[in-house]
Amino acid sequence: MTDTQQIAYIAAQAADARVNVELETEGMTLNIGPQHPATHGTLRIIVRLDGERVVAAEPVMGYMHRGYEKLAEVRTYPQVTTLVNRIDWLGSFANEVPFILAAERLMEVEAPPRARWIRTALFELSRIANVILFLGDMAVQLGAVTPVFFAFRDREFVLNQIEAVTGGRFHPNFDRIGGLKDDLPKGWIEETRGVLARIRTFCDEMEDLVAGNEIFEARTRNIGVVPADIGLAYGLSGANIRASGVDWDLRRDSDMGLAHRELDWKVWTHPDGDSFARYWVRLQEVREACTIVEQCLDGIPSGPVMAKVPRIIKVPAGEAYVETENPLGVMGYYIVSKGELVPYRVKIRSASFNNVSITPWLLEGVYVPDVISILASLYFILGDIDR
Amino acid sequence: MDTVDDVEAPTVDAARDALVSTLVEALGDGFVTGEVHPGVDVWVRVTADSWLAAGVALHDRCGMSYFNFLSAIDWKPSPYGRDMDAQVDGPEVSEPGPMEWGTTGGETRFQVLARVHDPVSGLGITVKADLPDDRPEVDSWIPAYAGADWHEREAWEMFGINFRGHPNQVHLYLPGAFEGNPLRKDYPLLARRIKPWPGIVDVELMPGDDEASEEGDDA
Repeated sequence: MTDTQQIAYIAAQAADARVNVELETEGMTLNIGPQHPATHGTLRIIVRLDGERVVAAEPVMGYMHRGYEKLAEVRTYPQVTTLVNRIDWLGSFANEVPFILAAERLMEVEAPPRARWIRTALFELSRIANVILFLGDMAVQLGAVTPVFFAFRDREFVLNQIEAVTGGRFHPNFDRIGGLKDDLPKGWIEETRGVLARIRTFCDEMEDLVAGNEIFEARTRNIGVVPADIGLAYGLSGANIRASGVDWDLRRDSDMGLAHRELDWKVWTHPDGDSFARYWVRLQEVREACTIVEQCLDGIPSGPVMAKVPRIIKVPAGEAYVETENPLGVMGYYIVSKGELVPYRVKIRSASFNNVSITPWLLEGVYVPDVISILASLYFILGDIDR
Repeated sequence: MDTVDDVEAPTVDAARDALVSTLVEALGDGFVTGEVHPGVDVWVRVTADSWLAAGVALHDRCGMSYFNFLSAIDWKPSPYGRDMDAQVDGPEVSEPGPMEWGTTGGETRFQVLARVHDPVSGLGITVKADLPDDRPEVDSWIPAYAGADWHEREAWEMFGINFRGHPNQVHLYLPGAFEGNPLRKDYPLLARRIKPWPGIVDVELMPGDDEASEEGDDA
């Protein structure tokens, strides 16, 4: 650019700025959801706008509230797993695990090693089935339609493997206090290896197609930055907090009762804390999940899949809180037992509830198109917010 | 039966004990009791007046920068006899049994509980506080943890607990005109009063189980 061109450009910019200042922008309230085309899931957000800028954002929840905490008080412990299955419906098996582990802790029962390893494999397969949908869905929210078809195509193979073991594509209800309902079917281990190879190819495709895309980067880099201390105070978890540089993963850092600590894998973090970082961390996590499942397949010990437990399960009086690193983040159950057939109280700590609670803070001051990018990158499942 | 006792359980837990003593020091008379399950978990109970001070102490002095959840427990048993043993689950209202409290005990009907976490050491702690029976209210934890906002709105509408200083204590899940506090034990679960629960008898065979061993250990 020559000097004159540059001066002309600056003058034009200044003129534009003046027009913008003089143009009185009228405040406007935009109701994104429950039927707005830009609704993510069924999360309704009321945003107050000043021009293109968000002044205040208020999520409205409750459209999916099913009262599981109340219902769990009138179900026996084995019956509660059918309920909690439906919290995060994309990674159902992972919902059952912390509840079962909490009940096992109160009963002082431990699942046999084979059951623990199969649990770990299914837990991570749920993560793959859940998160690869995000990898495609994030792109579709930003206007690229193709990746979501890839995601649905490849998720099907994972769901087939989950179905082959549990009998359920979405709601396995397979985990039991003391172990698992059944053993693995014949030939499953070999088939799963093939599926994992497909998922790795899918991850490479997404890296080329989405993460390396110029438009995608422009829409996500430096958008929705969450500083680590704010993220911690709001209780963000999973990839959302690791994308803010917090190196914390329950699978590695606490004894969840699964086999993760006996395996060799890596926790990925990203220093930026923006939408892109959240996408990138999840992409790496799917790859790590493939690594974990592969090691599980190699190392599943032989033996029974069920410990000796009473036929009628009464959980001794006490309180226990067990949390695991689920596909969407930290999920935990605080169980209060009075030694009866039913829990006295179950507090469900679901990941998306905390992850979404940061949105009023995060959306303040951003532009309208970035709202979509931020919400998509936080990645929540409505059932996991509303319970 | 495989029990967790097989692996030698630690009997002393220095890190969790230190956590409790820091809180004792920070809260003084506000600290009621603490319970450490070595190698597993730790609970403390504080007075309602020290609730916010406990949150601030945990955040500033104990490195518990991660907010996990906040909720409440209603310790007064349901008058509707909704134990699964009860074949009748109908409209009869009985006098509820005496209140029995869980870990760290209790004195009143409502208890708030919150859990925070230290992402560096990996330790978590559950804090409880008894609320006065006549007026269940307590200070908001928002000054200590911004994330407490929605959790307190949920506890407010579900249990009717008032959080002093909460800037926006309005319904979160329930419609605006909703009356009642559904998670209180005396709030009836209407679906169960209309129709008996078909799942009362629900015992599933476990793998390797046959009809002969039906009694189990504790039937």
